[in-house]
Amino acid sequence: MRREIPIAICFLAGFSFILEYFIPHKQVLSVFETIRQWAIIVIAFAYVLGIANIVRINFHAIQRKQRDWPYKVVLVLGVFFMITVGVFFGGIGEETIFGWVYYHAQYPLQATMFALLAFFIASAAFRAFRVRTFEAGLLAVTAVLVMIGRVPVGEALWKQFPDFTEWIMNVPQLAGKRAIMIGAALGAISTALKVLTGLERTYLGGE
Amino acid sequence: MRRILERLEALDRRIIFVFIFLSIALPLLLPVNMEFSVTPPVKSFYDAIESLPPGSKVLVSCDYDPGSMPELFPMNVAAFYQLLSRDLRVITIQLWATGTLLTERAMSEVLEDLPDKEYGVDWVDLGFKEGREVVMVSMGTSIPKTFPSDLHGTKVKDIPIMEGVNTFDDVAMLVNISGGLPGTKEWVLQVQSRYHVMLGSGCTAVSAPEFYPYVQSGQLVGLLGGMKGAAEYEKLVRRPGTAQRGMDAQSVSHIIVFLFILIGNIAYFSTKGMKKRLKV
Repeated sequence: MRREIPIAICFLAGFSFILEYFIPHKQVLSVFETIRQWAIIVIAFAYVLGIANIVRINFHAIQRKQRDWPYKVVLVLGVFFMITVGVFFGGIGEETIFGWVYYHAQYPLQATMFALLAFFIASAAFRAFRVRTFEAGLLAVTAVLVMIGRVPVGEALWKQFPDFTEWIMNVPQLAGKRAIMIGAALGAISTALKVLTGLERTYLGGE
Repeated sequence: MRRILERLEALDRRIIFVFIFLSIALPLLLPVNMEFSVTPPVKSFYDAIESLPPGSKVLVSCDYDPGSMPELFPMNVAAFYQLLSRDLRVITIQLWATGTLLTERAMSEVLEDLPDKEYGVDWVDLGFKEGREVVMVSMGTSIPKTFPSDLHGTKVKDIPIMEGVNTFDDVAMLVNISGGLPGTKEWVLQVQSRYHVMLGSGCTAVSAPEFYPYVQSGQLVGLLGGMKGAAEYEKLVRRPGTAQRGMDAQSVSHIIVFLFILIGNIAYFSTKGMKKRLKV
């Protein structure tokens, strides 16, 4: 029963969402509204589970003074600090303690991480766009055309450059993208059906 | 000569980093304000909002974080500005917890230019709700039940702008500022395809190609892709912002990347040719 009950719950929950999509009648939707509210509550509880997991894993690492344990102390303290200031000291807003920490810690840290991408992408482009084969050449030429055509300097070089770039985006790019999307969607449908019917059980762990 | 070319082929990445840094920093310090035109996806996004009658309610979902802020924040500000300056009513929500404070900041920037706009009457922030796609679908049945109160805890029934707003049928348009997942793709799959609401998107440059099929199929009425899309949109709404200021830096840095690709290939082919000749 340890496996059958979760599979049954998964089947019922999954098929209810499929039915809801294909029968968009008001009365049907109102029935499924309750299920959706349950889903939102379950997702919210996943946060509690997530926090418990963070504490458990990092606490063990700190206790055993594993590699990089001081960072884990900062992580655990950060989690509890943000929860405490958010819940007990004025809630969320620019003028609150939560807002101050957000703008003076999370904001610059996340922005810095993302900004570093510019440097690594430039370095990767230098090495990756070597025209070793015909396909690699095609990729490199298209990448350069789109890269230059989508910034003002491209338009300064050739007035029709943005239109040409839009054509690349709207015709060859889109054709490839659409093919990938349709393929991925078919794969997702197949996987979903396997999960719902209990053929795919890896989410239960073990198998 | 051969040694120079070999060195160029295996160029130290720190040299690339220095050039990229200078190509971004110098144009920001010494702007030349290069001219650029507006591309069709941006124009159609702007036109879709312009076509709405004054007083219409527009739902704006700000789903991003500080990481994607340079690209998305300017378009968020410009979208709020266009909506409010056209006397449209703005209802904002966030499906990313990190979006709440950014939405607040974007709106406060716009309110400096439009100080007569009143909270609860012209705009409202319903805040963040966890649940991703489930929240989107749930709003299709009842927005007040999905978001029973606003960010400050005021009951939705006590907020004038929310009067008569029950489902997506009661909003004229949906705008999504998308930093990833959940974002535009999920709004298209879960809401646009089901409730046929008019949907416009602002997204990062890296995810824009993914959304072009939705623009072509008409599921997205317009698309602002990355900082360039934001700059074009700022130009249309006549409110210059950080995206327009970033265009020079983006132009120069793209040219620098192009030059490095060119140098890398010249060095690669030259050394390859030399090696072949040496073998012969």
